[in-house]
Amino acid sequence: MCSARIPAPNGRSVLMDKPNVEVATQVAANVSDPELPYLTLADLGILRSVELQDDIIVAYVSPTYSGCPALEVIEQSVLVALKQAGFNARVERTLSPPWTTDWITDEGRRKLNANGIAPPQQGQTDKNTLFAKTVVVCPACSSDNTAKVSEFGSTPCKAQYQCKQCREPFEYFKCH
Amino acid sequence: MAALEHAPMELTPKEALVQTVIQIADDHLILGHRLSEWCGHAPMLEEDLSMPNIALDLIGQARALYTYAATVENKGRSEDDIAYLRTDREYTNCLLVERPNVDFAHTMLRQFYFAVSMQLFWQRAMKSSDETISGIAGKAVKEVAYHVRHCGEWIIRLGDGTEESASRMADAVESLHPYTDELFTTDIARQYCIDAQIIPDSIAIKKQWTDLIAPVFKEAGLTLPDVPYPQLGGRSGQHTEDFGFLLAELQYVQRAYPGAQW
Repeated sequence: MCSARIPAPNGRSVLMDKPNVEVATQVAANVSDPELPYLTLADLGILRSVELQDDIIVAYVSPTYSGCPALEVIEQSVLVALKQAGFNARVERTLSPPWTTDWITDEGRRKLNANGIAPPQQGQTDKNTLFAKTVVVCPACSSDNTAKVSEFGSTPCKAQYQCKQCREPFEYFKCH
Repeated sequence: MAALEHAPMELTPKEALVQTVIQIADDHLILGHRLSEWCGHAPMLEEDLSMPNIALDLIGQARALYTYAATVENKGRSEDDIAYLRTDREYTNCLLVERPNVDFAHTMLRQFYFAVSMQLFWQRAMKSSDETISGIAGKAVKEVAYHVRHCGEWIIRLGDGTEESASRMADAVESLHPYTDELFTTDIARQYCIDAQIIPDSIAIKKQWTDLIAPVFKEAGLTLPDVPYPQLGGRSGQHTEDFGFLLAELQYVQRAYPGAQW
C-alpha cells in the first residue's frame, strides 16, 4: 500500500495511506447547501466529480446560477469538510456542461416539497413564451390552483407563489 | 456603419480573445450596475426583487467572463482589477447599457433590447469552439430567457396600458432605439473571434433580433423608428457624460481602499 506525506493542522506532516477517493466523495457529497440546509450538494447535483491528482483530492463543483451568491460559501464548505476529514484538498469550479435543475435528484425534489418549496418541473420550455402559464402544485395542500405573485423571490433561483386553495404562500424553484 | 477603430492593426489571437471577452463582460457589468441603482427605489416590491435579481444574473455572467479574460491574459490581473480599476477610455461596453435609468419604461426597454440580443448570442455561443465560452453560454442562455420574458411582458403592459404609460414607452423607444446599432457592430478583435468561431456572427443576429422585437412592439402599440444617425462610440472607449458618474460610484470603494478584500 503506498503512502503519502500529508500536512497536518499543527504544521507538521503525517504519513498517511494514499487518499481514499470514495471517502472524499462521500464527504463532499454530504455537504449541505447554505441556503437550503436540508439539501446536500449530492441532492442538488452540483458536485460533479472528486478526483485524486498528485495525492491531492480535487473536488469539481458547478455553479447553479451565474450570479449565485452562495457559490463561494459552497466551495469553502466543501474545502473545510475535506480538510476536517484529513484530506489535502482543492476545490475547482467547472462551467461545462452547465448545471441544470434536471440534475436535482428525486430525493432532492422530495425534500424541497417537504420543506414548502415546489420543486422545478422537468423539461419546461415556457420560459421562452411571453405571458406563459406554468402550473405549479402547492407543496402544502397539493392543489394546482396556484398563482404567481412575483417572478423573482428571495433568491434568483426561486419565484414567489400563493395557493388559491389553502391560501399559503410558497416558493417555486424555477426550471433552469 | 463600423465603429471607430482605435485598436492597433495587428492583434495576436490571445489579445483578440481577451479584448472581446472583456467587451462582453463590460456590457454586463455596466448594465448590472444600472439595474442595481433601482434597489430600494423600484415602483413596486416585485420589481424591487426583479431588477436586482436580473442585475445579479448579469454581474455573475460578467464575473465568469472577467475571470476567463484574466486567466487567458495571464498578466497577474484579477477579475476585480479588470472590473474596477480601469479608466473610462478602457471600458468597451456599448453606449446603450450606460444610458441612465430615467424611468421604469426606459429601464424595461433598455433591458429588452439587450436581453433579446444576448439570448440570440448565447444560443449560438453554446456551440463555441472555446469550451469556456460554451460553458458560460450554456448557463446564461437560460437566465436571459427569463429576462426577455419579464421585460417583454412589461413592454406590452406599458405600451398597451394607460395614456401615461404608452407615452413614456414611446419616449423610451425614441430615445433608446438609436443606441441599438452598437449591439451588433464588430471590430478587429471581435471579427477575429467570429472567424475562429469563438463567438457568433453579429450580422445574422441583428436580422433575427429585429424579427423578435417586431411582434412585441406591435402588440404594445409601438412603432420601430427609423434611425438616420446611430449612436456609437462605447466600443472604442468614447463614453457619454453619464458614464463618468457611473464609474465614480462603481469604482469608489476599490479606489478609496486599494487592495481591500471581503
